[in-house]
Amino acid sequence: MSEFIQQLINGLSVGAMYALIAIGYTLVYGVLRFINFAHSDVFMVGSFTGLYAGRAFTQASWAGGVTVMLVSMLACAVLGIVIERVAYKPLRSRSKLTVLITAIGVSMLLQNVAQLVFGTNQQAFPDTLPATTFQLGKLVVSSKDLVVLGFTLCLLGGLEYIVLKTRIGTAMRAVSFNPQAAALMGIPIDRIISFTFGLGSALAAAGGFLWAYKFPRIDPFMGVAPGLTAFVAAVLGGIGNITGAALGGLMLGVIETMVKGSRWSTWTEAIAFVLLILVLLFKPAGLLGRVQAEKV
Amino acid sequence: MLEVTDLKVGYGAIEALHGISFSVKAGEVVTLIGANGAGKSTTLRAISGLVQARSGDILFEGRPIQRMPAHEIVRLGLAHVPEGRMIFANLTVMENLRMGAYLVRDKAKIARGLEEVFEVFPRLREREKQMAGTLSGGEQQMLAIGRALMGGPKFLMLDEPSLGIAPLLVKTIFEQIVKINRDRGLTILLVEQNANLALRVSLRGYVLETGRILLADTAAGLLADPKVRSAYLGG
Repeated sequence: MSEFIQQLINGLSVGAMYALIAIGYTLVYGVLRFINFAHSDVFMVGSFTGLYAGRAFTQASWAGGVTVMLVSMLACAVLGIVIERVAYKPLRSRSKLTVLITAIGVSMLLQNVAQLVFGTNQQAFPDTLPATTFQLGKLVVSSKDLVVLGFTLCLLGGLEYIVLKTRIGTAMRAVSFNPQAAALMGIPIDRIISFTFGLGSALAAAGGFLWAYKFPRIDPFMGVAPGLTAFVAAVLGGIGNITGAALGGLMLGVIETMVKGSRWSTWTEAIAFVLLILVLLFKPAGLLGRVQAEKV
Repeated sequence: MLEVTDLKVGYGAIEALHGISFSVKAGEVVTLIGANGAGKSTTLRAISGLVQARSGDILFEGRPIQRMPAHEIVRLGLAHVPEGRMIFANLTVMENLRMGAYLVRDKAKIARGLEEVFEVFPRLREREKQMAGTLSGGEQQMLAIGRALMGGPKFLMLDEPSLGIAPLLVKTIFEQIVKINRDRGLTILLVEQNANLALRVSLRGYVLETGRILLADTAAGLLADPKVRSAYLGG
């Protein structure tokens, strides 16, 4: 039992980070109807930004760690906006396939530039936030898992507030439903799209920072595997649906961790895709998606 | 107020408007009538910037707007209630109305706008918190018009406000259109298949046929015209 709870906490913290990445896929899909495959590399850049920003602090502290995370989020928000402006916006009137392939190109570009700038070796991520482990009966809980979960909850709360309560968040939902009607209200579509990319990329950066905090060895390809899993999470939850993406991320994190801890552990990498196939077969719109996937 | 000269619009290889010219003066209600595919909706879409004109001029209060993006044209006070209503079904009625006032930054002005819209369509107040997608067709049309009014426009374009709506609600909506025009002096350009109804509330009208303007006259003149009667008014 205690092992189960241990795995559950571990799985939830991994899942929380998947959720943070998955939301970026789903937000962008909501307004532009395409999958931004460069998103997982923005996550990686988020980690590296954290690595360099973290060097400014010699000791782990709450204020320092939060500052580093915010710096990462800001840097990646800018990166996301620039990627959209430079690579995707000129292709807005072209077919979705063109943009999709461009996104794969941007992903490769980011990975290669990262190798050039950061080097190809794994690098140790500094302890920016305090960490301890404590014992509850037989349970050994790392404070890192709780920090990851706590931070993610705060970020999701902030996101929910932005999307549901603010003028720009409402405009995002309006653009996602019908860009033409939104333009007729005077909503500047381009600015809303930029904002969406910035928001999604900031969350990916937070995910990247937390990921490196939990698994403190980072390299330019670190985004590939979690990015792919998070993409599956977004589809699992119903692409375009924010709650669905968060739920999908958490589910995949827990399932993956459980499989890893069982005797079927060799299936760990495959389990997300097995689920993806099952979802596409039996509930193609995703768990929370509606059937007319066009309308979010 | 609105001056359209030799407007040509096409989709791909097909030209939908072959150079139409017409005008709307401040305070008027003007109707474009015509069969399906005559180019009525395309005309409105070109004016509000949803489609690009191939050539020709569109002057709004003396200012050329044919190259402006849609979201900037709204800022000039030109509102368009599009065909099919295009309400945001995933937003509540209130959120829809607030989006209509996206460009209005003054909170007191938004509150006044809401009061005015609720006065025009009391039904919307009852449905305030409901998702817009759950409204009936007529209520959605009210919401679409209310949403357009929230921006405080000077000029309102309505595309088929009677389409797919229960007759009783059509009557309500048209009464309110007349009232908005009379009380606020809002200039209205109306597109309708129900020509009879539209001409009765209009001052003037234009008959569009396959992308050309065939006739221009006062509403009374068109209602009396035997050709118009047989083609558009059911005898």
